[in-house]
Amino acid sequence: MSEITFASPHASHDHLPSGWKRWVFSTNHKDIGTLYLILAAVGGVVGGLAALVIRMELAAPGLQYIQDVQFYNVLVTAHGFLMVFWFVMPAMIGGFGNWFVPLMIGAPDMAFPRLNNISFWLLAAGLVMLVIAGMISGGPGTGWTVYPPLANADFHPGPAVDFGILSLHLAGASSILGAINFITTIFNMRAPGMAIHRMPLFVWGIMATALILLLVMPVLAGALTMLLTDRNFGTTFFDPAGGGDPLLWQHLFWFFGHPEVYILIIPGFGVVSQVVSTFSKKPLFGYLGMCYATIGIGIIGSIVWAHHMFTAGMDVDSRAYFTIATMIVAVPTGIKMFSWIATMWGGSIKFRAPMLFCMGFLFLFVIGGVGGVGLANAPLAIPLHDTQYIVGHFHFTMSIAAWFTMYAAFYYWIGKMSGYQYPRKYGLAHFWFTFVGVIMIFIPQHLLGLAGMPRRVPDYPDAYAGWNMISSWGAYMTMVGTAFFIYIVWRTFHDKVKCPANEWGEGATTLEWTVPSPAPFHTHVQIPKIEAEPEEEPEEEEELEGGLPAE
Amino acid sequence: MSEYRKKNGMTAVFLFAVSGGMVGMAFASAPLYRLFCQVTGFGGTPKTDIMAKPTALSDRFITVRFDANIHSSLPWRFQPAQRQIKVRLGETALAHYIAKNLSDTPLVGTATFNVTPFKTAEFFSKVDCFCFTEQRLMPGEEVSMSVSFFVDPELLDDPSAKEVRTITLSYTFFQAEKDKAAEKKPITKGGGISSAAEQRRRPVRDSG
Repeated sequence: MSEITFASPHASHDHLPSGWKRWVFSTNHKDIGTLYLILAAVGGVVGGLAALVIRMELAAPGLQYIQDVQFYNVLVTAHGFLMVFWFVMPAMIGGFGNWFVPLMIGAPDMAFPRLNNISFWLLAAGLVMLVIAGMISGGPGTGWTVYPPLANADFHPGPAVDFGILSLHLAGASSILGAINFITTIFNMRAPGMAIHRMPLFVWGIMATALILLLVMPVLAGALTMLLTDRNFGTTFFDPAGGGDPLLWQHLFWFFGHPEVYILIIPGFGVVSQVVSTFSKKPLFGYLGMCYATIGIGIIGSIVWAHHMFTAGMDVDSRAYFTIATMIVAVPTGIKMFSWIATMWGGSIKFRAPMLFCMGFLFLFVIGGVGGVGLANAPLAIPLHDTQYIVGHFHFTMSIAAWFTMYAAFYYWIGKMSGYQYPRKYGLAHFWFTFVGVIMIFIPQHLLGLAGMPRRVPDYPDAYAGWNMISSWGAYMTMVGTAFFIYIVWRTFHDKVKCPANEWGEGATTLEWTVPSPAPFHTHVQIPKIEAEPEEEPEEEEELEGGLPAE
Repeated sequence: MSEYRKKNGMTAVFLFAVSGGMVGMAFASAPLYRLFCQVTGFGGTPKTDIMAKPTALSDRFITVRFDANIHSSLPWRFQPAQRQIKVRLGETALAHYIAKNLSDTPLVGTATFNVTPFKTAEFFSKVDCFCFTEQRLMPGEEVSMSVSFFVDPELLDDPSAKEVRTITLSYTFFQAEKDKAAEKKPITKGGGISSAAEQRRRPVRDSG
């Protein structure tokens, strides 16, 4: 079965570092994945608490808890940054990606283990910078979009925004290095027989994400550098007084920012593909279509950025283009939705927690996505711009949907990662509290937005009080769900119920289920050889294998 | 293994180059964006070619309205001498703006400009304009500044732009960047003057 043995410095002998050195100097993809997951938990809890305070403030008209409106802006900004850069990205890409991409493709580790370590610690340092930014000179109240002129020295004179920019620089550098690592690993280190078109969908998701990251994150880095020099060194990239243009920032930011929302959700799509197939006990419906739908979402999603700027002054032809291009994203997304449903169709479905969260994901993503198709239209986007409708829409699609896939991934893989089974009955409670809670939060926000309530404002007229109260109660309910989750994590590690190598039975066919649970420190030291399934045609596969690395 | 290492190294070098290239693209976008606006008239950027000639002379008239704005840090008064003029398409017209330095220091200003509706920008040519150079005004000095322009009759051939009957030409004066650095101290010192200037400027801005 196995012909190649890796003589990497760690795999060659029983190298098991211990103590703090194991974690700080870690070059092991599983340990680094665990570190990422812990960091994501910290980011998620802090970002979630920021959201809770926002919802408490918005529960009733008037200012109840927050008198300093700049502090409200800082909370909104912190919530956005934390959830995007220190919760979803580290959990999905750094955490589950690091853990399972090498396992799923039969590689002993990532291509560049030390680079992997650097990626993690850059991100951790970035979080420290962000916390510093929040604590000095009033904090950055710019929103996660950091638009000038609000982000200029005129309106944010202290160093808070500079620290925020530098923290994003660190997070960006971390992501770019991580993306390079993933792409190299996936292109070069697949086990023999693991053709590109036989890779699990989660690996496809991570690959698409890494490719997008590689192309758009440097643009953010460049734009942030320009903003930094505008603020401190007298350049005028975004200042019309010196011939610059603040709209250039919006173009550069959204050239990164829109693909970023796909970066957040595409790994989640991968998780859903694995979980739905496992718990329906069927191979994924339309595998190839799913692969290229993922890539297609990435490509089309990168050329629609100006739909965030319909109100910034745009001629009718550009509006028409960005409207149409945006709606076209719904086509590959629809392919994925129908493929997941077709996978479940006629399957022998088991409604375990991972599957429940995936079905919750399907439901919420479709609500948010259908609202998004409407919102893609410039004539609708202009009146709805900067209203709560936007907040409801993007939370359903890129945030809550991504969050649900993270929960699904947690329940699906915690047995493999820790060696312990989660307590099953609490998974149900966790799901239902969270599911009903988030619907209660964000459906009312759609309605408030349609009624004209602006986002990023801590106060509102009495007319909006009812739905806001329901939305806040939804937030409290979601907190109860989250408390269940924390309890489940505690019970998992406390009860220590041993987990078999393949917890999910015949539906779980990917390579991570062939290694024991918990996955040993070194896996696939002897590289597995993947046999072709009888119905597959060998010519097609050879051609594709040769074709990809040149890309 | 060494074979793998070499292959991985090559891939990484290529990927690093891609990301480095994208950083370069981000910086290149600043001049490219300006060029793009100038070439296509995007965002209402009119043509600014001193050699430009209208392609023909039409008998249709179009109204050009004049708008003037000042950045709050520049203590000037700035307003158009005429609210609007009617010109024939293809006819070169001359309009004036009046600017006055309300402070007690010499100040250098520079104006940005655009036209609305944006779709008319590619047919709007400025042959000569005070905005092509920086303007230096001595304390209390008042000047009349001119802009000469024409609206090309090709406008009538553009199916989306031919309906336009009124074009607004807008200017915003900023303090020139290099001037700002040199003059920073006197302006902040003379805070009383600039706040007085602020009050006097307001009615002008409201009517403009």
